[in-house]
Amino acid sequence: MTALLGTVAVVDGAEGTRRRGGLLAAVRHSRKALAGLFIFLAFTVVAIAPGLFTSVRDPNALQFIPALPPSGEHLLGTTALGQDIWAQLLYGTRESLIIAVVAGLFATVLSVVVGVSAAYLGGIADDVLSMLINIFLVIPTFPLIIILATYAGKGTLLVVLIVLVVTGWSYGANQLRAQTLSLRNRDFLESARVRGERRSYIIVAEVLPTMTSLIVANFLGAALYSVLTAAGLQFLGLGNPNSISWGTMLYWSQNQQALQTGMPLWSIAPGLCVALLGTSFALMNYAFDEISNPALRPVRRRRGKRTST
Amino acid sequence: MTPLLQTRKLTKHFKVGGNFSRRTLHAVDDVDITIDANEIVALVGESGSGKSTIARLLARVYKPTSGEILYQGKSLQSMRSRRQSQTYRGDVPMVFQDPFSSLNPAYPVAHGIMRGLALHRPDLDRGQRRREAVRVVETVGLKPAAQILDRYPYELSGGQRQRIGFAQALAYRPTLILADEPVSMLDVSIRIGLLNVMADLREQEGVSFLYITHDIASARYVSDRLMVMYAGHIVESGPTEAVLAAPRHPYTQLLLSAVPDPRAPLAVGAGTDKGEPPRVINPEPGCRFRRRCPLAVEVCATVTPLSELGPAHSAACHVAAAQL
Amino acid sequence: MANAPVPEILFPQRPAPGIPVLDVRDLTVEYAADGPGVRAVDGVNLSVHKGEFVGVVGESGCGKSTMLFAIAQLLSPPASITGGSVLFNGRNLVTMTARQLNVLRWRDYSVVMQSAMNALNPVTSIAAQFRDALQAHGNFSRSQIAQRSAEVLTLVGIDPVHLASYPHQLSGGMRQRAMIAMALLFTPELVIMDEPTSALDVVAQRSLMIQIRELQQQLGFAVVFVTHDMSLVSHFSDQLLVMYAGQVVEIGPTRTVFDSPAHPYSRGLLDAFPSIRGKRVRLTGIPGSPPDLGRPPQGCRFHARCPVAMDECASQEPALYPVGAVGSRCLLHRPAQVKA
Repeated sequence: MTALLGTVAVVDGAEGTRRRGGLLAAVRHSRKALAGLFIFLAFTVVAIAPGLFTSVRDPNALQFIPALPPSGEHLLGTTALGQDIWAQLLYGTRESLIIAVVAGLFATVLSVVVGVSAAYLGGIADDVLSMLINIFLVIPTFPLIIILATYAGKGTLLVVLIVLVVTGWSYGANQLRAQTLSLRNRDFLESARVRGERRSYIIVAEVLPTMTSLIVANFLGAALYSVLTAAGLQFLGLGNPNSISWGTMLYWSQNQQALQTGMPLWSIAPGLCVALLGTSFALMNYAFDEISNPALRPVRRRRGKRTST
Repeated sequence: MTPLLQTRKLTKHFKVGGNFSRRTLHAVDDVDITIDANEIVALVGESGSGKSTIARLLARVYKPTSGEILYQGKSLQSMRSRRQSQTYRGDVPMVFQDPFSSLNPAYPVAHGIMRGLALHRPDLDRGQRRREAVRVVETVGLKPAAQILDRYPYELSGGQRQRIGFAQALAYRPTLILADEPVSMLDVSIRIGLLNVMADLREQEGVSFLYITHDIASARYVSDRLMVMYAGHIVESGPTEAVLAAPRHPYTQLLLSAVPDPRAPLAVGAGTDKGEPPRVINPEPGCRFRRRCPLAVEVCATVTPLSELGPAHSAACHVAAAQL
Repeated sequence: MANAPVPEILFPQRPAPGIPVLDVRDLTVEYAADGPGVRAVDGVNLSVHKGEFVGVVGESGCGKSTMLFAIAQLLSPPASITGGSVLFNGRNLVTMTARQLNVLRWRDYSVVMQSAMNALNPVTSIAAQFRDALQAHGNFSRSQIAQRSAEVLTLVGIDPVHLASYPHQLSGGMRQRAMIAMALLFTPELVIMDEPTSALDVVAQRSLMIQIRELQQQLGFAVVFVTHDMSLVSHFSDQLLVMYAGQVVEIGPTRTVFDSPAHPYSRGLLDAFPSIRGKRVRLTGIPGSPPDLGRPPQGCRFHARCPVAMDECASQEPALYPVGAVGSRCLLHRPAQVKA
């Protein structure tokens, strides 16, 4: 087929200044995000193989002299019950990390499903789902958490996770709904409709890929929320006091009045770790701020909707 | 010979103002359009005239409030099965106005074309689809086609993106392409290239076009027949040259005199019209142009004029009709 | 294709004697970025005399809006004026302090933005906005404010009863005219307009242009009018500037530029407008896209798209050479150029 008049040779060089290459590139470009990623990976290594960093095999066993100060053998000293604090810290990483990632993941999935569907389906579906989002958004979380956790009985890990997901999904859902609403009348979605695509396809394959950064940012926010809230729950004694995690360490150290009886590290160390893990999520989020907020993206338009040139 | 696409008394009303309001916006009222094979028909009107609504009615994005749309003699309402619906969508695709949002930014530009082929040309296997994508991209004048297909939208210019939009439509082997203001958002020097693509597609691939625009000059450049819309009605229609040489509806005359043409004398008379096209909510009977019309007579206030049907030049004006 | 001469300019103006109201000399604007900045406006010269209408024409990315904002001293970081001067009645606006500028703003020069919907405050009435503008630049009594507001609205053809309206209650054309009325509150000497008609339909556009020209006749202010639509200003501007890639490529009396465009870009641009009269011919437009100003090409910035480019165009940068009554930035018009 002969080419038509007006053949346009491709001019090299990007028109817009949008960053290419997905999420990894985004993280690489931000120093804060790299720092956050580094911390997170460090914790992950510890969670996978805590045995690499300590010789203690059962951190909960009461096997040492209680209330020892930090020393070469016990890097952070021992608890009032004779456990190595450093070992507890290391083994506790696993549960805290699992909570953060799993609860964050499920909360994000729920946010995406509810938020995007509400916006895309519109009409009555949107009204109902929005009401649902708003109800969960408005309920004060901590009292709700406490009630749920108490009702569910002294929590297992599963209960804690469920509680976190139930209370943590609505904020992200609202964000995603707002973003989807702004996308809804974009021509490429209308183009897909006119093409004859099914609605489910459009939501999954056309809408979601344009929101990956926002979804990842949401996940990081949910993970941060989960880390802090889980620690809080366990601190209040609503978790399983026999599990090994930073939150339970906080519970026991509070219980045994660590700060007042000269064992401050027992409280400070797990608290610091919670803060550090939370910070790593917050830092990683910096990489996605600009990308996930479309208002910050450069857009070029013509005729009545122009930006200055 | 049955026309390719025909509408009869096509009407679309929208409810405005909340769930309990009784106000309806008459976007399109009693519109009769005919499009034959191998022709470019231009639909000219200002924003709010209803022209974009017509495009969406024909693309089945909206359902008509009343009236019917006949494709190759068969009513669209009778196409209930998904397969019939898909066949129509493949025959009558749409090209959109905004090059900066008509392509999904998360995928390379091949995505839309390949999806379209998957949906509408299922007889092709993956390799054949890719080859077809390359073929249509070349046909609209983008080279090297294979490389361009793998680029992301932000790497292409506005004009290139619009060409991809045409390529997407072309991939279905359509009979009629609905082009909704495809060049309004492009730079002037780029527009001609796209308009030439349309003219060439009509010549070489035998595709008809419904070219929707507010720019009468570009409508004239590319179309065989011209229809002028005002406030939801077609007010004039006929062969392009005939309508432009001797416009019979006062709105067409007003429009023509207002078009800036550096090579023509300035008609200052046009400057005295300060009106704007109305948003037609719960309209009164009578001609919708009469408040701005220098020729309005009594009957214009009570009876809505209709265009006479037929391929010849027709205009919805009592005064013009009386002059025949 | 033979261009019939442009029949007339509405109320043509000859340049008045004395110093120009606006004298832009060698203006350069850069957008700072990591690494080399983008030079959006490169050495632009422009003179506007009293009562003159100057049209600035160009496509997206040519720098015309940036230049306009620079003249009005409205640039914000990362954009900044990095060279040249903007002389308003002989005084350099670029070196003035904010306080000095404030004295001049709105009283001596004013700005009409592109989209009235964006420039007007949607939650206050027109009267309130006029009052804000008046009070920001002078001390007036209530009755003076009311009187002046009604006066300017009548000037632009709007019934003063609309003073109480909110912007969304007015039609698009009326909003734009309200913007122009606001710009005329102090009867400035210069009004700068950035595509004020682009959101309007053809009929409203035409009536607005005529209105602006009539007001100029009445009140004697000069206008700098930026647009992408060359034909729009063809009957209204005295002087025409064509911009491309941050530079002025052609400048001269409107009639001359339309009759015999000297620069290949202006010629291409004029040819890209299909006409509603005359014979139907196939046009070609200008293939390609404007260059990336972050990495401007060597030599003439238009050479990659130019139908008559020569070898030296890729390496030699043309200056603005006089060609009869116009100036053209093209090596074709280099003095002492031996044409083959």
